[in-house]
Amino acid sequence: MTDYKNLKLMASSSPHIRNNEDTRSIMLDVIIALIPALAMAVYNFGWRALSVTAWSVICAVFWEWGYCKVMKKPQMIGDLSAVVTGILVAFICPVTMPYWMILLGDFFAVVVVKQLYGGIGTNFLNPALAGRAALLACYATAMTHWGAPGTRAAIFGSAADVVTTATPMAIMKEGDFSALTDAFTVGDMFIGKVGGSLGETSAMMLLLGGAYLLVRKVISWHTPVAYLGTVAVLCLISAPAGANAVTYMLYNLFGGGLMLGAIFMATDYTTSPVTKPGQIVFGIGCGLLTCFIRRFGSYPEGVCYSILIMNCTTWLLDKYIRPTIYGAPKKEKKEAAAK
Amino acid sequence: MNVKKQFKEGLITQNPVLVQLLGMCSTMAITTSIMNGLGMGVSVLIILTLSNIFIALLRKIIPDEVRIACYIVVIAGFVTCVQLLLKAYLPALDKSLGVFIPLIVVNCIILGRAEAFANKNTVGASALDGIFQGLGYTVVLVIMCFFRELFGSGKLMGFQIMPTSYTPALLLVLPVGGFLCLGALIAVMQWALAKSAKKKEGTKQ
Repeated sequence: MTDYKNLKLMASSSPHIRNNEDTRSIMLDVIIALIPALAMAVYNFGWRALSVTAWSVICAVFWEWGYCKVMKKPQMIGDLSAVVTGILVAFICPVTMPYWMILLGDFFAVVVVKQLYGGIGTNFLNPALAGRAALLACYATAMTHWGAPGTRAAIFGSAADVVTTATPMAIMKEGDFSALTDAFTVGDMFIGKVGGSLGETSAMMLLLGGAYLLVRKVISWHTPVAYLGTVAVLCLISAPAGANAVTYMLYNLFGGGLMLGAIFMATDYTTSPVTKPGQIVFGIGCGLLTCFIRRFGSYPEGVCYSILIMNCTTWLLDKYIRPTIYGAPKKEKKEAAAK
Repeated sequence: MNVKKQFKEGLITQNPVLVQLLGMCSTMAITTSIMNGLGMGVSVLIILTLSNIFIALLRKIIPDEVRIACYIVVIAGFVTCVQLLLKAYLPALDKSLGVFIPLIVVNCIILGRAEAFANKNTVGASALDGIFQGLGYTVVLVIMCFFRELFGSGKLMGFQIMPTSYTPALLLVLPVGGFLCLGALIAVMQWALAKSAKKKEGTKQ
């Protein structure tokens, strides 16, 4: 029988149910989800893909550790967020990127974009993408030196020794869609046997990682689906004359950094809206901007800038798109939301 | 008249760019090479000193209601002089500074010092204020130019300094590099000021 006399009423504030999920476990899941794409990068570009990624991780962690040390802040490298940033910076650079440029890119990502704005959870731009934008502005030549698929870039070799190729996005930018279909099949695009940034080429492996994150509930489907959906619809209705609309859409979906951006970067907790409707608006915005930049901009690829631009609107989306308060009548709900 | 205090205010504690945050537009736009920075800094120094002297001279004559307009007339007069001199004797510098020389007319540093200092102080003090504030501006410009030119194009004063194998970080010469560089300088300055303020407090107790 229950001992009613000794039963104590425990009064505590919510949450009452906890699980062991923390930043570290979430970041670990993201790292696991990125491994398939890394394997594909090694298969595609040789062992240098692995060494560049490992070096980038070392740099990112070093900058995080160094900043906290110099500024006498508590060490946060244990939460693994710097590791994820490091992997992502490497993933959006060409495999031939010199190591010292990676070091600078990680500095920009971790110290300037993340730590100077207050560290994890307070930065307003995605660190890895901002690092890439800075590298592209600094070293445009090195950042557009794309190794051809199947090349074996030497770990300590010079970039000039590597056979280069135009990325699918660059071929499409030339305006000759049939040249692209001749160069790569849809299957090549899906599996990732194309030129491009280190970790962005394989839509298949990135989708695999994305599925893992969805199952583990690390990300929700809202942003990626809204993002990819917007791009798909826009491509379907705006396919160039003479091209099969569905083929054109598939090339656009699998090409460039779209999968990597939609699954791993647009879903960054800190820099995307909190609410589900907000995330859908965020994804649609990213999709529109990506298509516009690819189609009308001077750059062949627009994923990086579109996500960075939408990052800047996150506070606005969070301010105006709020969930209705549970149980309140309709009118009051509106007033409460307006407050 | 306190020369030492004015010197310290102009260069450090009331530095026009890093503490008062005035004249940011020209600071970010022209600091891509040391020659530009020096030319701009010296032009502002001369205009600021002369306009400070004249506004201090006229401070009892200018009616309070129309003082801003009067200041602008005085400043614009000196800016025109400097611009014509530059065109005559340093045409290359004039070309590279371009529109930013005439824009000194609306440079907040000059109007700000006229409003905040020259119309309340004697001619001598105003002249010194102009020189020291102008120096403070020039020093910041040259520091920014140093970093942006050295790392953004690998040169100093137009001479190749970095080894030719160095890949210049183009970002620093672009406008965004100006923002980043200025932000970093302001942060360092604020950090140093806060530190010295703390030290002073410590010695008082």
